[in-house]
Amino acid sequence: MEGISKRFALVKANDCVNLDVRRGEIHALVGENGAGKSTLMRILYGLYRPDSGRISIAGKLTDVRSPSDAISLGVGMVHQHFMLIPQLSVAENVVLGSEPSRSGVFLDLKSAYRKIEELSRLFALSVDPRSQVEKLSVGAQQRVEILKILFRGAELLILDEPTAVLTPQETEALFVILKRMREQGKTIVFITHKLGEVMEISDRVTVMRRGRVVGVVNTRDSSPAELAMLMVGRKVLFEVEKGPAAAGKTVLELDGVHALGASKVPRLKGLSVTVRAGEILGVAGVEGNGQTELVEVIAGLRRPTSGRVLLRGEDVTGSSPREMLERGVAHIPEDRLKRGLITEFTVGENLILGSQFRRPYGGRVFLNGNAVLANAERVLTEFDVRPRAPHLRAGSLSGGNQQKLVVARELGRGPVLLVASQPTRGVDIGAIEFIRRCLVSQRDAGTAVLLVSADLSEILSLSDRIAVIFDGRIVSTVDAAATDEKELGLLMTGASRAAHGASRR
Amino acid sequence: MNQDGTDHGALSEARTSAQARTALLLRLTGAVGVPVIALAAAFGVGALFIAAIGQDPGYVYAKLFRGTFGDFYGFGQVLFKATPLIFSGLAVALAFKAGLFNIGAEGQLYVGGFCVAWVGFTLTGLPGLVLVPLCVLAGALGGAAWGIIPGYLKARFGTHEVINTIMLNFIAIALTGYLVTNVYIVPETIHTPRIAPQAEIPRLEQFWPVFKGSPVNVSLFLALAVAALVYLFLWRTKHGFELRAVGLNPWAAEYGGVNVASGIVTAMALSGALAGLVGVDFVLGYKYYYEQGFSAGIGFMGIAVALLGRNHPLGVVLAALLFGALSYGGLVINSVVPKELVEILQAIVIVAVIVGTNLFGALAVSLKKRSLE
Repeated sequence: MEGISKRFALVKANDCVNLDVRRGEIHALVGENGAGKSTLMRILYGLYRPDSGRISIAGKLTDVRSPSDAISLGVGMVHQHFMLIPQLSVAENVVLGSEPSRSGVFLDLKSAYRKIEELSRLFALSVDPRSQVEKLSVGAQQRVEILKILFRGAELLILDEPTAVLTPQETEALFVILKRMREQGKTIVFITHKLGEVMEISDRVTVMRRGRVVGVVNTRDSSPAELAMLMVGRKVLFEVEKGPAAAGKTVLELDGVHALGASKVPRLKGLSVTVRAGEILGVAGVEGNGQTELVEVIAGLRRPTSGRVLLRGEDVTGSSPREMLERGVAHIPEDRLKRGLITEFTVGENLILGSQFRRPYGGRVFLNGNAVLANAERVLTEFDVRPRAPHLRAGSLSGGNQQKLVVARELGRGPVLLVASQPTRGVDIGAIEFIRRCLVSQRDAGTAVLLVSADLSEILSLSDRIAVIFDGRIVSTVDAAATDEKELGLLMTGASRAAHGASRR
Repeated sequence: MNQDGTDHGALSEARTSAQARTALLLRLTGAVGVPVIALAAAFGVGALFIAAIGQDPGYVYAKLFRGTFGDFYGFGQVLFKATPLIFSGLAVALAFKAGLFNIGAEGQLYVGGFCVAWVGFTLTGLPGLVLVPLCVLAGALGGAAWGIIPGYLKARFGTHEVINTIMLNFIAIALTGYLVTNVYIVPETIHTPRIAPQAEIPRLEQFWPVFKGSPVNVSLFLALAVAALVYLFLWRTKHGFELRAVGLNPWAAEYGGVNVASGIVTAMALSGALAGLVGVDFVLGYKYYYEQGFSAGIGFMGIAVALLGRNHPLGVVLAALLFGALSYGGLVINSVVPKELVEILQAIVIVAVIVGTNLFGALAVSLKKRSLE
């Protein structure tokens, strides 16, 4: 790919990007969220059209207009979010869109079964074509996605952050498969922002930052420190200046909380945790171990099936989101576009979401338009949100500014408890620092802060104590100063601290 | 502070506020431009149809225009046709703002209309000053009751309001039909007894004789007042804020402390109440009784009115006027061309609006991009 540029309404997602991937290699494409990795790959896969630039595949200049073009050129993509139909069998999902047929009419699943079993053996995928997709684990579903593109004869496979949804064991299994595919001559582009994985699996690395390629290196000749520096653009250690915590009384206490997830499976299985005033408690864990549900339970968005939630000693189990708001719980949601903002609302309206029922914004009947506007003007200036336009639709702001809006609104509540879930996900570096500093100053002001983040370095640099969540329980709580990424990584797999300590000795 | 921020901060800020203005302008042009273009397209295609049956489009359109906006009688008829469409259009628009597709305005207005009449012919002992407001209230409550059912079903069980409102339309029509033909019978007719004379509301011709002969009545003013109230409610009150939040992003609304389920029920109740007010126009202002099948699709036309009016009360009023004009205009030109032609025009307007909205959206995005280069 040469000189690829792509602009979305307000951002240059790709700015004259060159990417060269060699046959038979595993090529890691790394960069922070929003660096333009996914955009670039979507262009390669024909989902977006580049504004300029050229794509050559196997030496031939090509024009990829649609995913079906890409597929016929031997390019396949596994998306972050699986595109499978849960009710259908593995084989049915795999053949969907290119169904083999007998005499042109009848679906020939038998030959599909044969081919899938063959592929499955060849690449050690171990998937039964007859099982129903919804009964499979996440890792197995991902293997079905891989099967799908292999079935269509892909030579170049794009994997978009494949490990984000996997447990460490599943990640290991995936890497075995990837290596097997490399042996068989397949080419793999592996998108990630986890440097450990890059070092483990890739042959070469292309690093992107703010829509540009900032480096192409051989993995063997590089180091995580070098890659991190390329990714972020300066020396990494994102240490935020913070003094020791002056932890006060317990603000939040969860006691043996059980709760179901969105698909009605138990996700919290007797979770207990406490957060005190004036401290940041980080929750570390592999995504999908109950973090989402934990946050939702605290915010009143999910009702626990059993257990107790205490706020400042009062039992608030099963309170509504409104009651939790009124009790001083602020919540920076993990997905600002799903929960945090109403993109069609103006900036000013978004800034009072969750306060619309109380003064000075909401009167008995009417909203106080002047108060809404004054608040917006003040917040936009204070938090340096750009542009400073209270009447603009929130959806037209950049991701970083949208996140600032959410953070500003939640801090503006003057909360006793702040639940911050992935507060810096997908925002630019300036905003990351700003948001992190906000969290620390909030702590210093005596607020209890619960921080959930997939970014271990964020957890380590911000937290005073770290609770490790695994399979719906807090398996261990450690002092942030006395632990490191390695230990946390092990704890996150469910290994107990004692056992870990013993093995180290 | 990063480089970009300090060096280009002021510049980019000026640029972005200019962009904000451009975006607003584009949106306004879109809001006005699309319906206008749609209308022009509809008349263009309509001209082809007229020519195809051997008539002169210019002559037919001139006659259509003269007959509707050319004199007060015609204009009165247009207002008369528009009045119920304002109510039903507002009903659909309000539900839509809360993310609900109310196909049930038809059923809700039958129930509301019947309730208006029932109060009107039952509580005959009351003075007009009490009876008329009671009748209006009854219409709103009847419609609201019929709207609450699908709202509750949606909020409680998640069943889709489109199916339920359609089914409730059949039930409403059959139920009111049964009441008219079996309970509150006036022999040889399909209407209820007449309402008390003091419940009748005045026609505009009583104040302005120029409207003579047209049944347009003061419920028009009720419709306009209600449109203004709907605007105030949606954009100026906290409940309106919450309803719009539910409509745009129920996840974020829930997060913001809005009870989404009760929001849905409230929205459907209000929507039904608005539809129920159609009965005020028909019963109190026009026929003075409830007649089976009186609506003949006003509830469904409300969907088109709301769509053309872009779910904004002012837009709804204007769109109702347009559809009122087309509907009465059909009768005007009936001697020259079949009145089905007007129905074709209406249909083309709707199709053109839907297509135009999407086209314009794409155009706006590409313009915005270009302005950034």
